[in-house]
Amino acid sequence: MSKKTLIVVGNGMVGHHFLEQFTASPAAADYQILVFGEEPLVAYDRVHLSEYFAQATHADLALGTLEWYAEQGIDLHLDEQVTSIDRDSRKVITPKGSYRYDQLVLATGSYPFVPPIPGNDQEHCLVYRTLADLDQIRASANGGKTGVVVGGGLLGLEAANALKSLGVQAHVVEFAPRLMPVQLDADGGALLRSKIESLGVQVHTEKATTEIVAGEEARLRMNFSDGSHLETDLIVFSAGIRPQDTLARNCGLTIGERGGIVVNDQCATSDGAVYAIGECALWDNKIFGLVAPGYTMARTLSAVLNGDSSAAFAGADMSTKLKLLGVDVGSIGDAHGQTPGCRNIRFNDEASGIYRRLVISEDGKAVLGAILVGDNGPYDTLLQYALNGITLPDSPEVLILPESQGGAPALGPDALPDTASICSCHNVTKGDICCAIDAGATDLGAVKSATKASTGCGGCTALLKNVVDCELEKRGMEVSKDLCEHFPYTRQELFHLIKVNGIRTFRSLLRQHGVGHGGCDICKPAVASILASCWNEHILATDHVPLQDTNDTFMANMQKNGTYSIVPRVPGGEITPDKLIVLGEVAKKYDLYTKITGGQRIDLFGATLSELPLIWEELIAAGFETGHAYGKSLRTVKSCVGSTWCRYGVQDSVGMAIFLENRYKGLRSPHKLKMGVSGCTRECAEAQSKDIGVIATDKGWNLYVCGNGGMRPRHADLFATDLSDEELISAIDRVLMFYVRTADRLQRTSVWLENLEGGLDYLKQVVLEDSLGMGAELEQHMADIVGTYQCEWKTAVEDPEKRKRFREFVNAPEQKDPVQQWTQERDQRRPLLETETA
Amino acid sequence: MKPRTQWQAVCTVDDLVPDSGIAVWTEDGPVAIFYLPYHLPALFAISHTDPFSGSNVLARGITGYLKGQPVVASPLYKEHFNLRTGVCLEDENVKVKTYPVLLDGDLIRLEVPVASATKTPNAAVQAA
Ligand code: SRM
Ligand SMILES: Cc1cc2nc3c(=O)[nH]c(=O)nc-3n(C[C@H](O)[C@H](O)[C@H](O)COP(=O)(O)OP(=O)(O)OC[C@H]3O[C@@H](n4cnc5c(N)ncnc54)[C@H](O)[C@@H]3O)c2cc1C
Ligand code: SF4
Ligand code: FES
Repeated sequence: MSKKTLIVVGNGMVGHHFLEQFTASPAAADYQILVFGEEPLVAYDRVHLSEYFAQATHADLALGTLEWYAEQGIDLHLDEQVTSIDRDSRKVITPKGSYRYDQLVLATGSYPFVPPIPGNDQEHCLVYRTLADLDQIRASANGGKTGVVVGGGLLGLEAANALKSLGVQAHVVEFAPRLMPVQLDADGGALLRSKIESLGVQVHTEKATTEIVAGEEARLRMNFSDGSHLETDLIVFSAGIRPQDTLARNCGLTIGERGGIVVNDQCATSDGAVYAIGECALWDNKIFGLVAPGYTMARTLSAVLNGDSSAAFAGADMSTKLKLLGVDVGSIGDAHGQTPGCRNIRFNDEASGIYRRLVISEDGKAVLGAILVGDNGPYDTLLQYALNGITLPDSPEVLILPESQGGAPALGPDALPDTASICSCHNVTKGDICCAIDAGATDLGAVKSATKASTGCGGCTALLKNVVDCELEKRGMEVSKDLCEHFPYTRQELFHLIKVNGIRTFRSLLRQHGVGHGGCDICKPAVASILASCWNEHILATDHVPLQDTNDTFMANMQKNGTYSIVPRVPGGEITPDKLIVLGEVAKKYDLYTKITGGQRIDLFGATLSELPLIWEELIAAGFETGHAYGKSLRTVKSCVGSTWCRYGVQDSVGMAIFLENRYKGLRSPHKLKMGVSGCTRECAEAQSKDIGVIATDKGWNLYVCGNGGMRPRHADLFATDLSDEELISAIDRVLMFYVRTADRLQRTSVWLENLEGGLDYLKQVVLEDSLGMGAELEQHMADIVGTYQCEWKTAVEDPEKRKRFREFVNAPEQKDPVQQWTQERDQRRPLLETETA
Repeated sequence: MKPRTQWQAVCTVDDLVPDSGIAVWTEDGPVAIFYLPYHLPALFAISHTDPFSGSNVLARGITGYLKGQPVVASPLYKEHFNLRTGVCLEDENVKVKTYPVLLDGDLIRLEVPVASATKTPNAAVQAA
């Protein structure tokens, strides 16, 4: 099937977020993606744009890298503006060419509104939106003494702060009677003004500029309608934003009365092949000038393109919390108290410079909105009351009174329901955070990287920390999960430390995070296994040799008399007569006891240490590979004969079993892994007793997970049904990698699942719905492991250094081990029992 | 009565595996030599025979430290043996033989009893 083409116009915050979501989703495989960005730089964090003045570079602010785009196979055209769209032939046109699309996403953002004042187009009249704008402002401020920001809203005050930081005297000119008219009321605005003025920024309200002309003492002069004027060296317009809908308008898409590309709940425009997300999109007659709603649209669209019929954008909360010129300002919900019948409670302390207004419902039970100036302390708590409909205490005023005046302490994170939204930018709930913690994220940083919480606007940082601390503390009460006396960490934690810090040897892990200088037989193999899961180096590499269990060291299973058994891999249990003959010949030559195992392969017993490499040389020459019967890794994938021969078979179970075995062979895991593939529901391969069980259906494959035979049998759970080959592999990749990362040492998948908080449903969310957003990473990790597979035995027999290890007695090659004594039974050799030797 | 001993050269430093063990054949049977490069002394020698199974496997166990003592874990049933004293941590009544070991240039030498068959008449004299 040839791929469809998806074109994204605009490489801003929302466009990039969309690509992150979409490339990690299954549908990405069906598309060739093209992206056009008018700016010369790869998408960056506009929210933290002002940090560019404080030494940040584009690289610091960048949301992605060119390498990332290349890895995803995205064709990224930067510095290439789309100039028109031809919807009939489905093409976008740029000065460099025209490009066909099947699906088009407009993420063109918005542009700063510049009021139509005569003279507004002169040199030193600037805007504040892009890195290029900031370069111009910096250049203009250089050599200037004063700067004016037109617009006293959120962005205007931020721009004023930037001017101040560039060393110019900053003024703010606002048309409305107060600052931040959208978010604040008169009292709040007044307090903010006094605070900002005390910081040296001059505020001029109720000023309408009539013209901008050449100045006398400075470069420019602004004349106001009241006859007054102001001289300045540069002007930054920050009088609001307008959706960038020119392309859409020109190609005849439906546009809102006051601009904005009209979209429905699925982010589709009036043309079903064209979508719009972010600040250019008009939903329910609203433009959202914040990044969080744009991200939500991006996620919605990704789900829509993946065929999720339930995906719908449902609006977004516009509450904001900022520090403007060092002054806390917060605005929540219905800040202006426009809900009929609502009640207002105000707290105004001029002395300490704190203003708080609480808008509550008529029945006094719910928070509808709030305004905070001077101290955002109660913001998180109030927002949680408002968003989650938490019932107010009897005297709601305690929520806005300072604690010294009888105010209530902040709502503890414990009081929040699991559904409470903690990070609205990335749509992370308290429940998600708990899941991430349970899955092994044991500090703030790990939770951030697992959930992305607080990596957007950053407004939720404090709340996130509270929730994480509280949840960790709760879990801290649990019994010590320390691996052993050398590592005060669980296996998961060690995995994280090793992975995140790129630690490659036991020694450096011990030095950095361990106790003492030796390790032991508990931590060494556990760490060896983690190192192998992370980096997949040869287990007998010099640094790793002393860590391995004897079976891994000698890549064979030690038997009671000190000899070894050899189990070559027989993928899926399928073996040619020629290979069978080789096994027979080798067994005969070395007098090895031969047995068919319960895993559909052949075990050869009784080899001495020094015979192992000789035997493997012969097996490798005949095309055999190691079977990892010794490793905490994939053992066998048991198959039934399937549709090729069996009259009931509906899929090629042998083919799938061989594929799975070859894919996952060599993966080091917390414990051994077994799989089974049956060709129909009669289940002759006993897949439901395996860690991973696959059963054919007439539409594809049913996947079962976390079954176990052995000491405590457990039936596998049905995980997903009617999967295609690709879906099956992606689900298995994710389940296995998640297990590898989060299980305890020597914990089979069955026990792991039983101990996993949230159980099967949680595992389904992580794997099938990608609730932790780590699906792509897990698959990539698996791809790395698969890509670095080597037959350990092959590498070992070819390396004289490694072969040295297989000497029974290093100083006496001819010496036989006297305790190994043999007898014959049923025509084969077996060890003499103790009772027989005595 | 101390039997007559000799310092038998059993291998060279190249044969050692850091943080792990190798087995050598001596006049006194199989001996396991461990090399712990981060420890002083760095060389230990104990019997290669696992007292619990009777098999010659101890050199193939994992080395480590428990409660500050250098140990090896038997690869068969995982009991730990103190490399200094040979005492089993799980059962103090069980003890494997230990041997003095030294580095002589590039050679590793073990102090082992002179096997009875090769005993010279002097042995009796010395013992007396
Ligand atoms: C050879 C074989 C028995 C046979 O002759 O059929 C076998 C032999 C051993 N099994 Fe097994 N198991 C063998 C199939 C099984 C099966 C059946 C299967 O895989 O279909 C099971 C139950 C299924 C399961 O694992 O869920 C099985 C459950 C165990 C267990 C218990 C695991 C558990 O979760 O309860 C152990 C102990 C352990 O791993 O901790 C074990 C451990 C062992 C060890 C490794 C014990 C040891 O440490 O020496 C045996 C090593 C034999 C050797 O030297 O090769 N063996 N063992 C089978 C090798 C299959 C293969 O081709 O790789
Ligand atoms: C200084 C500043 C501070 C902010 N602070 C906050 C904050 O604290 N919290 C918050 O939530 N939000 C904040 N915002 C708003 C936030 O940055 C936006 O909501 C967000 O960037 C919107 O993302 P977007 O992708 O829709 O638009 P953009 O990020 O603007 O991206 C649109 C991109 O499309 C490109 N483009 C447009 N037309 C074309 C074309 N024809 N061809 C090719 N490319 C085109 C543009 O060049 C641009 O790169 C702030 C914005 C600024 C400027
Ligand atoms: S069932 Fe027990 S005895 Fe039999 S092979 Fe498995 S572990 Fe060994
Ligand atoms: S709310 Fe914006 S980063 Fe969390």
